Amino acid sequence: MTAAPEIGSARLRSEDARLITGRTNWTDNIQLPGLLHAAFLRSPVSHARITRVDVEAARERPGVVAVFSGADFADEQGSLPCAWPVTEDMVLPDHPPIAVEEVRYVGEPVAVVVARDRYAAADALEAIDVDYEALPPVLDMEEAIKEGADLVHADKGTNRSYEWVFEAGDIDAAFRDAPVVIERRYVQQRLIPTAMEPRAVVCSVVGDEYTLWSATQIPHILRLMLATVTGIPEHRLRVIAPDVGGGFGSKLQVYGEEVACLLLAKRLGRPVKWTESRSEGNATVHHGRDQIQRLSLAAEADGRIRGLKVDLLADMGAYLMLVTPGVPLLGAFMFNGIYKMDAYNFTCAGIFTTKTPTDAYRGAGRPEATFGIERLMDELANELSLDPLEVRRRNWIAHEEFPYDTIAGLTYDSGNYEAATDKAKELFGYDELRAEQAERRERQDPVQLGIGISTFTEMCGLAPSRVLGSLAYGAGGWEHASVRVLPSGKVEVVTGASAHGQGHETAWAQITADRLGVPFEDVRVLHGDTSISPKGMDTYGSRSLAVGGVALYNACDKVIEKAKRVAAHLLEADEKDIEFAGGSFSVRGVPDQTRSIQEVSLATFAAHDLPEGFEPSLDSDATHDPDNFSFPHGTHLCAVEVDTETGFAKIRSYVAVDDVGKVVNPLIVEGQVHGGLAQGIAQALYEEAVYDADGNLTTTTMADYLVPSAADLPTFTTDRTETPATTNPLGVKGVGEAGTIASTPAVVNSIVDALRPYGVNDVPMPCTPERVWRAIRGGGPEHSSQPGAGGGLGSAGGEA
Amino acid sequence: MPRVSVEVDGVKYDDDVEPRLLLAHYLRDRLGKVGTPIGCDTSNCGACTVLLDGMSVKSCSVLAVQADGKDVTTIEGLGDGHGLHPLQQAFHEEHALQCGYCTPGMIMAALDLIRENPDPSDQEVREGLEGNLCRCTGYQNIVRAVQNAAGAMRQSPAQEEATR
Repeated sequence: MTAAPEIGSARLRSEDARLITGRTNWTDNIQLPGLLHAAFLRSPVSHARITRVDVEAARERPGVVAVFSGADFADEQGSLPCAWPVTEDMVLPDHPPIAVEEVRYVGEPVAVVVARDRYAAADALEAIDVDYEALPPVLDMEEAIKEGADLVHADKGTNRSYEWVFEAGDIDAAFRDAPVVIERRYVQQRLIPTAMEPRAVVCSVVGDEYTLWSATQIPHILRLMLATVTGIPEHRLRVIAPDVGGGFGSKLQVYGEEVACLLLAKRLGRPVKWTESRSEGNATVHHGRDQIQRLSLAAEADGRIRGLKVDLLADMGAYLMLVTPGVPLLGAFMFNGIYKMDAYNFTCAGIFTTKTPTDAYRGAGRPEATFGIERLMDELANELSLDPLEVRRRNWIAHEEFPYDTIAGLTYDSGNYEAATDKAKELFGYDELRAEQAERRERQDPVQLGIGISTFTEMCGLAPSRVLGSLAYGAGGWEHASVRVLPSGKVEVVTGASAHGQGHETAWAQITADRLGVPFEDVRVLHGDTSISPKGMDTYGSRSLAVGGVALYNACDKVIEKAKRVAAHLLEADEKDIEFAGGSFSVRGVPDQTRSIQEVSLATFAAHDLPEGFEPSLDSDATHDPDNFSFPHGTHLCAVEVDTETGFAKIRSYVAVDDVGKVVNPLIVEGQVHGGLAQGIAQALYEEAVYDADGNLTTTTMADYLVPSAADLPTFTTDRTETPATTNPLGVKGVGEAGTIASTPAVVNSIVDALRPYGVNDVPMPCTPERVWRAIRGGGPEHSSQPGAGGGLGSAGGEA
Repeated sequence: MPRVSVEVDGVKYDDDVEPRLLLAHYLRDRLGKVGTPIGCDTSNCGACTVLLDGMSVKSCSVLAVQADGKDVTTIEGLGDGHGLHPLQQAFHEEHALQCGYCTPGMIMAALDLIRENPDPSDQEVREGLEGNLCRCTGYQNIVRAVQNAAGAMRQSPAQEEATR
């Protein structure tokens, strides 16, 4: 009676039923009796002192219930939290949810209207009169750290929030007399996460009971943080993340609008809703990336890496939000990639600018690091006239060397870079494409072929709590699950992970069905409501399965342990002789005497005849704190055709072979890879948040900020190798960010590879046709490979 | 205030509306038809796509008054109340959605695409859905789902007729 295993099966998703029929419960769909609508007046300038806010005229507008400036909330709105003080002397400015004295980026809230509907609220914004006294915008990180620079926070005396250093090995020795030194300056442009569902918040207060619905990834963290910021007791505040339409890190945040809605509902005694418009969101949802990377790599003449120096400027934007300062530091552990080296030096300075704050965006620090090292590996190969795959092979950790302690201080538990690369090469037709490339170069084809490589790894399963503690992060990295076995034998699973598109309801049911031997259909998964799921650390950093899935696995084990006692009692056998398989308990050696888990569940519910002292419940919970991160890896290969006359780069084929360990649902894994690739490719080719010289964001709409459409993307070839993680019983690693992390360098490497004959060694992202065209016309600046020859740190690519 | 008379998913409505009221907001806030979400304010994303007299429109760029005397079909009006429309079924089977926010608009736009081109190629689907953005799927499974649904709809045109 053993059913086919659920883990590993391509189950169609349970959550689809509501999503494909329009019965989804988005936050903006929520209606409550007496619901009011909020709209925020936002700063139209990059940096200014607020000298006057007059809301009187707005209060007289039809339909308006109340209008408040930041000053009206000055005593109770607190400061938005930063949970990651990365150094003891980190500069952490106050961040009022609604600005009181000064505005520091375009879009910062200045006042709020509450009205009977969203149109009336928006209308009344026009009647608010604000006087600003202009202050200088601070937009360029390299200028911002110069002596005498204009300051974002004048009272702090510096634009530098922190400097964080990691050193391992003798970096001077590694660079001294190194036969090859590659020095590059790369820019990780600023990105806008752009979840399809805009942010929305609804808050209701009844007596002293607060309920806040938010389009958030982090209902549990949000509850704690809102309680801390507002002083509302944590047990009086329920946070619900209903159906959430994507996050990609952007909803891993405690936003000023969430605090404001809570305070508005409290002050007005009526429920309040706020839903952002897209152009409002582009300016005010936290942004991602935005780094200037100065990288130096020292290598032997045969291509083996001696050492790596990383010097980052990371744009914090105007304030430090929930994990703003920590995001670039996640890269500290990933710049070494899959490679062995003797020495490594990482320095990151967090810099304030008068721009929207940055924070986690899909990959969070790891895409930036992976881009840096994977671009450098191609540059090293070019310098030595080696195949870029061969240079990687000479440096990567061989599969028999695992577990491997990396120079960045992590222990990679498992991996097989050879297997993933071999498979990718074959699917890609690597040798044939290299031959075609040579042939096109030979005949000076105006359409050149480029091949880009990315052999990446990443750290997932955030995170061992003790590691987070050592990095001064404000919380742990455990995850919680509970399993409730109902009298009928049906099962309710409660998870602290908070899905927003990932498919937890399906994958968690698969794990439970396998562990408890119950039908998939008999499992219901609950999440995203602090009253239903009281404990959790939520969903980000590809952690849900590797941490939350393991918590569920352990909770199921506890259910079985309890049920075994009952089964032994019912079967009149010793508990030690009870075996459990396929949902059935039996006595060893007496296979015809069985009790199903459903029978045991009913007997436990009735509680008429239980073992002496047995608490009549099979329900169990588990909190899992991982010992280590998990390390998905893979080899991605991109073939691009670059029209050298127009600069247009077209992806011809893209092969992604990912090793995410054991797979619970291959359908979901493939979908995650597809979507991740799209976002990584978008960084390489399309997307950039652009500020003008006055600090105005010019990419506020989807007409300006180019999220790719179906017509802009290729059909991907995806496959997997499977090297199970050894650090968790499921053998899983996580897949949410792999595609995004791997694909950006693969695409840029392919474009640069196509243009090598033109002397190009970099094209700044996004590699628009104009930039590619200019790179071809201008050639790439010469980067010295000789130590001591100087130069080589200028921006490559000839961008005007 | 102008008065509009609209049929939405088979139900007639007569309402006084502000001239500036967007069809998307009329559907969501006045009629409670929240199956149609809004993803942007510049008609780029397509999440709010509905059929207006059988043609796909972005309901954020149509005024409610422009729908006067017309027939609106939203995602909630697809299928026969119990079974799924072939497009809904194909999106489910091909895992053509993750967060699902773009899905109603994507399905309604695909319906119009298939009406115009009952057997679209990969590239024709990609170009036909260019006005609908998805941030989760990378589109590959959406393209396959639309092609599969088109195939199913060619097989049983009666069902297509039933759902317009």
